[in-house]
Amino acid sequence: MTVPMKSRHLLSAADLTRDDAELILATAAELRSLADRPIKKLPALRGRTIVNLFFEDSTRTRISFEAAAKRLSADVINFSAKGSSLSKGESLKDTALTLEAMGADAVVVRHWASGAPHNLANAGWSRSSVINAGDGTHEHPTQALLDAFTMTRHLAPEKGQSLDGRRVAIVGDVLHSRVARSNALLLHTLGAEVTLVAPPTLLPYGVETWNAQTSYDLDSVLPKTDVVMMLRVQRERMNASYFPSVREYSRRYGLDARRMATLQDHAIVMHPGPMIRGMEITADVADSQRSVIVEQVTNGVAVRMAVLYLLLGGSESAVATNAQDESEQQ
Amino acid sequence: MSPTHPEIDSPAPADAGRTVLDARDVSRALTRISHEILERNRGSRDLVLLGIPTRGVHLAHRIAAKISEVEGIEVPVGSLDVTMYRDDLRMRPARALLPTEIPPGGIDDKTVVLVDDVLYSGRTIRAALDAMNDIGRPRAVRLAVLVDRGHRDLPIRADFVGKNLPTSTAESVAVRLTEHDGEDSVTIR
Repeated sequence: MTVPMKSRHLLSAADLTRDDAELILATAAELRSLADRPIKKLPALRGRTIVNLFFEDSTRTRISFEAAAKRLSADVINFSAKGSSLSKGESLKDTALTLEAMGADAVVVRHWASGAPHNLANAGWSRSSVINAGDGTHEHPTQALLDAFTMTRHLAPEKGQSLDGRRVAIVGDVLHSRVARSNALLLHTLGAEVTLVAPPTLLPYGVETWNAQTSYDLDSVLPKTDVVMMLRVQRERMNASYFPSVREYSRRYGLDARRMATLQDHAIVMHPGPMIRGMEITADVADSQRSVIVEQVTNGVAVRMAVLYLLLGGSESAVATNAQDESEQQ
Repeated sequence: MSPTHPEIDSPAPADAGRTVLDARDVSRALTRISHEILERNRGSRDLVLLGIPTRGVHLAHRIAAKISEVEGIEVPVGSLDVTMYRDDLRMRPARALLPTEIPPGGIDDKTVVLVDDVLYSGRTIRAALDAMNDIGRPRAVRLAVLVDRGHRDLPIRADFVGKNLPTSTAESVAVRLTEHDGEDSVTIR
């Protein structure tokens, strides 16, 4: 089965068809076994250059993309806003032209402005593939893919099983969360049912168009869900007060041992990180058997390898346009 | 001109031309290969069979079953996907990966028998040798194929061959196996 992705870019989880998403997850499953081998390297992207362009602080995403690219033998250039010309006021366009001149095959971009990766991909400044590694409060598609991958491993481990009908609760600061949006989009594509749980002030405007249910009451959602995904309260993006106090937020929307006990036996607890222990999640929950938070990080490398391989591994033209006739060839 | 690789995962066409091997021929060829492997290896000690997906893996399992009938010993069987090591990776759209499963004992200091359905250009086997290099260091590597149809692009030969099949490059050879295609046959057209 050859189902090439139809685009050179990965900007939004909404751009992925179910076939695309399943191809990425299946590819990631094969690549995950690489972590257990003595030589954690594959030659697929030898001679390709991947630039990590980070306008915003990040630990795990940047390291994860860097590890993924290096395991596929690509050359990696890390470019962060601090300590570069970006902090001197260079525009995104000039940065893009510079990267183009250096021959970047792909740009992994994180930006504080929603839509920046879209601009980079579509403004005609460069020919590189653009992969969105988080833009403002908009999207973070590879995080959604790694979350779906982690859910699949726990809830649909056999071949042919899917996330169809599985219930996922995404809890917390949905308003500022690109992870929540990308997850809601991708999980809907994959057939899962998403419930967003947050105080009314932390649900975004237009949330009714998200193909997800909403609830203000965590306790009523927990016993029915297969996955509970806790989100960090992004205080750095808050310019007003969205809830009375941290203590009250924790009491109503935090996951502690008492609440965790109401989950079904097979249910798992996820968090995209970084987490604030004691606020949205207590330490004993984060370190419990149900928590797959550390595994999410491991899976992130495999999923990003799959994305890089599928976008860059083959011939350039074929991925974008000739996909159809190639797959019908034999 | 290098031959193109057939899409290994798509089912072989049913309407294919002349039948060269039927189910009993395939079975006999695999029995002979199994005995030759044992003879060459002086028993089944330190043997590992690695099939190249998709049909090579089925063949590897069948050979292992036949060896176990003769020797009463289970030979470890695995699969080795060579997609990322192919020399034509850049010329085609990115392909889905197939399973690589290395048996628990690994391949270090073992005699690995690579198993594939058709040997043609030899490029798949070159890729397999590269892939194995990243997994371990076998004591020796042998190659078993159901059909050798000639036209090598590289200095590679098979140690165990089910059927030598003289072909022209214009012809295509289709191997069908029960596990994947519902019946055993080798056809040429």
